[in-house]
Amino acid sequence: MTATQEKALAQGAVAVDAPPLEIHDMTVAYQRRPVLWDIDLQLPEGRLIAIIGPNGAGKSTLIKAALGLVPRASGRVEVYGRPIEKQLSLIGYVPQRESVDWDFPVSVLDVVMMGRYGRLGWFRRPGREDREAAMDCLRKVALQDFAGRQISQLSGGQQQRVFLARALAQEARLYFMDEPFAGVDAATEQAILAILQELRSHGRTVVVVHHSLQTVREYFDHVVLLNMRVVAHGPIEEVFTEENLRNTYGGRLPLLEQAADAVQRRSV
Amino acid sequence: MSGPAPWLAVLALATLQAVLFALVGADRLLGWVQAACASAGLPYNTVMVLAGSGLLGICSAVIGSYAVLRRRSLFGDAVAHAALPGIALAYLIARERHFFSLLMGALISGVLGAMVITWLRQSTRTRQDAAIGLVLSVFFGLGIVLTSAVQRDPSGAHAGLEGFLLGKTAGLISQDLLLIAVTSANILLLVWLFQKEFLLLSFDPGFAAVQRWPVPALDILMMTLLVAATVIGLPAVGVVLMAAMLIIPGVAARFWTDRLAALLPLSGVIGLGSAIAGTYVSSIREGMPTGPVIVLAAAAVCLFSMFAAPRRGIAAGVLRRLRMQERVARQNLLRSLYELVEEAPDSAVTAEDVAGKRSWGVADALKLLRRAEARGEVRRTTDGRWTLTDLGLQRALDVVRAHRLWELYLVEQASIAADHVDRDADELEHILPPEMLHQLEDRLKQKGRWPEDRVPASVHPLEGVAGEGR
Repeated sequence: MTATQEKALAQGAVAVDAPPLEIHDMTVAYQRRPVLWDIDLQLPEGRLIAIIGPNGAGKSTLIKAALGLVPRASGRVEVYGRPIEKQLSLIGYVPQRESVDWDFPVSVLDVVMMGRYGRLGWFRRPGREDREAAMDCLRKVALQDFAGRQISQLSGGQQQRVFLARALAQEARLYFMDEPFAGVDAATEQAILAILQELRSHGRTVVVVHHSLQTVREYFDHVVLLNMRVVAHGPIEEVFTEENLRNTYGGRLPLLEQAADAVQRRSV
Repeated sequence: MSGPAPWLAVLALATLQAVLFALVGADRLLGWVQAACASAGLPYNTVMVLAGSGLLGICSAVIGSYAVLRRRSLFGDAVAHAALPGIALAYLIARERHFFSLLMGALISGVLGAMVITWLRQSTRTRQDAAIGLVLSVFFGLGIVLTSAVQRDPSGAHAGLEGFLLGKTAGLISQDLLLIAVTSANILLLVWLFQKEFLLLSFDPGFAAVQRWPVPALDILMMTLLVAATVIGLPAVGVVLMAAMLIIPGVAARFWTDRLAALLPLSGVIGLGSAIAGTYVSSIREGMPTGPVIVLAAAAVCLFSMFAAPRRGIAAGVLRRLRMQERVARQNLLRSLYELVEEAPDSAVTAEDVAGKRSWGVADALKLLRRAEARGEVRRTTDGRWTLTDLGLQRALDVVRAHRLWELYLVEQASIAADHVDRDADELEHILPPEMLHQLEDRLKQKGRWPEDRVPASVHPLEGVAGEGR
């Protein structure tokens, strides 16, 4: 394989008509206890998509398992028609804020620069061009004045925006964001929403784990209602109904719970 | 980011060195060093000891810093202790003190210990700290038993084996030191090469995986370097104290800097300094083991850093608290003065009035008033009373505004009873940032609750105000 071919492959390919994300029959287990059952999903391009559901419904797990950060017990995940593992260069990721140590000795700009590491490849150090690209992303989240600060000196909302800027620096087509609105003040929430809308206007697809039912209708186009299984998914106006919400939030299916218990007991 | 490219680079580096070494040979290499020392007028043996232990000090400090940042400090400790049975077994098999075999034995049993920790954690749900403690003590116990068996060996060729317990640079010959120096240099080279990758791995492995970095492979590489640094450190520092070489420099360096790019060299320098101090002291004092001296030297630096570092140090913290107390007292004085004369801004008050308002002693109130006088915030009237100057009034207005804005907000927006808010506001007014004051103003303006004059009236009756006191 020539270098250019290899590069083209590494950049990821977009098949015509293939959806940005397609999950087939995915089941996920933590310590052998199933937490997601038979997930089937097909998400449309260029939309803001919310994943909602009660605590412990497996919202974060859905994202992590799709990305391969949590092992899948079964099923496959495709991005633009190819296995997600081959398409990671098309993906931007905002993990939960609590997932990292904010006392780590790095500056705000260092963290945003990490978004560029993927295109830098092995051993190459970020150059001036990368620095400028990272600063642009910081400007988009209005943190340019904080570039040199150590990350522990930021408020929760600012930390969330740093993660968002890092994801923007990835220049992805499909974004996964794990609770980007968690613990942020109203002004930050609006700033983040504006960035999501801008991504959509550029045809990007954004999948967001969301925890506030009040804002779903206002912020998103599409919704996935999740409670260990997909209760419903589709455009907001079709599936964000009272009945579906009741089915999602009205307790787990007792049978699924019992089955999960049984699986765990048998295998320990 | 997948593919063999980086691993081939590492392999090529190793092969190149192996070929060079095979061509030159250790003796000729050492001969060159000896010649160079002779021509420069340096004592060859001292140069070798310092180079070996110094490089070791740098490399264990640098790779150890990553372990500290990743909260894996005790991992190196477990590996070091787990190495002891390997050393004893290697001796029992080889029946002589062959340095390289001893280190290989240490490496194998150290890695085995690390694997047992991982296995315990993943397969038996034993927690990490328990698994580390378990492996550390059991392997160490086994090591001590085996070492005593070796000591009873009548051939008497076991001299130097006890050096592995507490470390002894004096027992090392040039060939040993060469091995230590070359391995240390290689570890440092690899850390430098994988700088960006190790940063990402340490800070956010999940993000790294989404970016297609081979996280498990990088993790194994970093752990391998940690184990390698630990093993080559054993003869000089000893299994008991090796962990300190990995942990202390990184902890000390963290006090001085917020950037990994500065933390790694700084911790390297601390490691270098302690290693050389330990080596030197143990060489001039007969029977003094190296390890404890190195550890004490590093600990001294760490203690100093803990105390004296700007921002993160203890002294800086105490200073900050004192300044804050000073500021709070000053602002409380200004607000009390303002509230005492609010009705008639030109009137003057006595120190007793002020003391009565804040439940301060009169002497304290007088002291604060004198300090305020020195700052030009108050002045004494002809009859010995105190009154705010223009500057003082200006500053008092700012403080009162912050206090009352917050009170107003608590009462109006947070529905807290008016007689409760004074104390809350009393603590917060000193730390509210200006942006937040503007936000408070905006909110109150939106609700039509913003008074036209600059200072809103108090939401609760003020104690000891105007009139009776005078």
